[in-house]
Amino acid sequence: MIEANQLSKSYGNLTALAGISFEARRGEILGFLGPNGAGKTTAMRILTGYMPPTGGTARVAGFDVVEESLEVRRRVGYLPETNPLYPEMSGREYLTFMGSLRRVENLDERVEQVLEQVGLEERGDSLIGNLSKGLRQRVGLAQALLHQPEVLILDEPTIGLDPAQIIEVRNLIREFGRERTVMLSTHILSEAQQLCDRVLIIHKGRIVAEDTPANLSAQLAGADRIIVRTTAEAGVLADLLRSVPGVESVALGQQEGVVEVSSAPGRDLRPLLARKIVERELDLLELRTTGISLESIFLQLTQEEQASMSEET
Amino acid sequence: MRNVWIIAVREFRRYFISPLAYAAAAVIFLVLGLIFSLNVSFGLPTGQMSPDGRMVMQPLVFVLLFISPAFTMRLLAEEQRMGTLELLLTAPVRDWELVVGKWLGSLGFLLVVIAGTWIFPLLINQFTEPGIDQGVLLSAYIGLAALAAAILAIGVFASSLFSSPAAAYIVGVAITLGLWILGGVRAGLSPASQLVSYFGLVNHYYDNLYQGILHLTDLVYYASLTSLALFLTSQVVESRRWR
Repeated sequence: MIEANQLSKSYGNLTALAGISFEARRGEILGFLGPNGAGKTTAMRILTGYMPPTGGTARVAGFDVVEESLEVRRRVGYLPETNPLYPEMSGREYLTFMGSLRRVENLDERVEQVLEQVGLEERGDSLIGNLSKGLRQRVGLAQALLHQPEVLILDEPTIGLDPAQIIEVRNLIREFGRERTVMLSTHILSEAQQLCDRVLIIHKGRIVAEDTPANLSAQLAGADRIIVRTTAEAGVLADLLRSVPGVESVALGQQEGVVEVSSAPGRDLRPLLARKIVERELDLLELRTTGISLESIFLQLTQEEQASMSEET
Repeated sequence: MRNVWIIAVREFRRYFISPLAYAAAAVIFLVLGLIFSLNVSFGLPTGQMSPDGRMVMQPLVFVLLFISPAFTMRLLAEEQRMGTLELLLTAPVRDWELVVGKWLGSLGFLLVVIAGTWIFPLLINQFTEPGIDQGVLLSAYIGLAALAAAILAIGVFASSLFSSPAAAYIVGVAITLGLWILGGVRAGLSPASQLVSYFGLVNHYYDNLYQGILHLTDLVYYASLTSLALFLTSQVVESRRWR
């Protein structure tokens, strides 16, 4: 449904996208993960026909985003990052306006449907300017869903929402992603982990990794981490544990008495650590391994990237 | 074409909830009312002035120069500032449909305001025998509509250049004023002076349409100016995509 081929975009001297290629299939939720300024919004703006790429091509729903821009725009629902809305219109008016531009059939009925879907049926007549940020985000989402697009492109869809709303919006996206194609950007790693079938990690306009969230974790799980907590002072504990064979590094944890031990992969050091602690007659309060998170993968990848780039120069 | 209509209707309606539009319309009616009542109270009794349906139209042209860009200034500038342009440009709407729709909406509203000024000739007509020359009046109003269309198109163009409505207003007035001044050059024998004078904004109005002379050339001038301004606006909107 989405095929991007060597897409690049530069603004003057600034390169926002340095030739990225990827695809998303029907029934797939593709996550675009990266820090702010990585090029996520630029890529989405190209795919929605808002701006043409400097180089490369992209097809969305079978149409070229430059040559057949109108056809693409008919088939795409888009929620821009800033969620721009007209504050002086009510949600209902706004959806009716956008829906008429998109030639939605049985528009009034469809507007009611989509308002109900995003849980706004009660507030449909309030002016958008008077709605809270979370409710406005739902209006934006309703606009993207209104014409039942084949492809849904959401730029940071859960930004600024409270936890309950985030769950609702994620459920909506998940439901929608079953039959259609969803591409969403986020800089929240757990969101990508929970929601996406496949994740692209993008950094400085390049794709640095692409896989399912599970595979990414497995592939990059270079080191295991163990959390240890005792009643002793963390500094004393850290010195003690450094002497255990197999330990690569020990860092002080954020809480009192907690240290984080990194070990080589595939070796469970917990028994050794436990024995050492008990031998010293310290009181062991907690000892557990922690899986590597997308967050650390992400940091790892982007740091590797920086390291390899500085080696090149 | 349907998109043009949808956008025009929305913009047209928006004026009726806009304090700015009401304020601008109020200024037009206050200034014209003042001029009209002064003329009727002091001008007519001295005999220096004859009752004429166009009594308020000469000042109206001048007022429009300064007020019309206020009607158009936010049309595109505000969409840009608020980011809503991104919504419209990712909807299946062609750039020119957006531009023409915005312009048409503003023209609709200004025509309503202009139609309201018809009250003054009606009053004059009531109190004079055998009434005023309706033909000249009609020609003057047709000309005014054409002139308004052109000024608004220039205003829409100015609005596309900025994301600040205030800047769009200033530039809109400046372009209109510049074209107005060109008309100060009297068409002489030299081709250059004839050309410059042809581009003058209000000569076509005062010299012909206002006098009751309905020539196609004058209407073509306003239509061309309007089309040119709207064409340039579409180009500016499209160029935004490339940045």
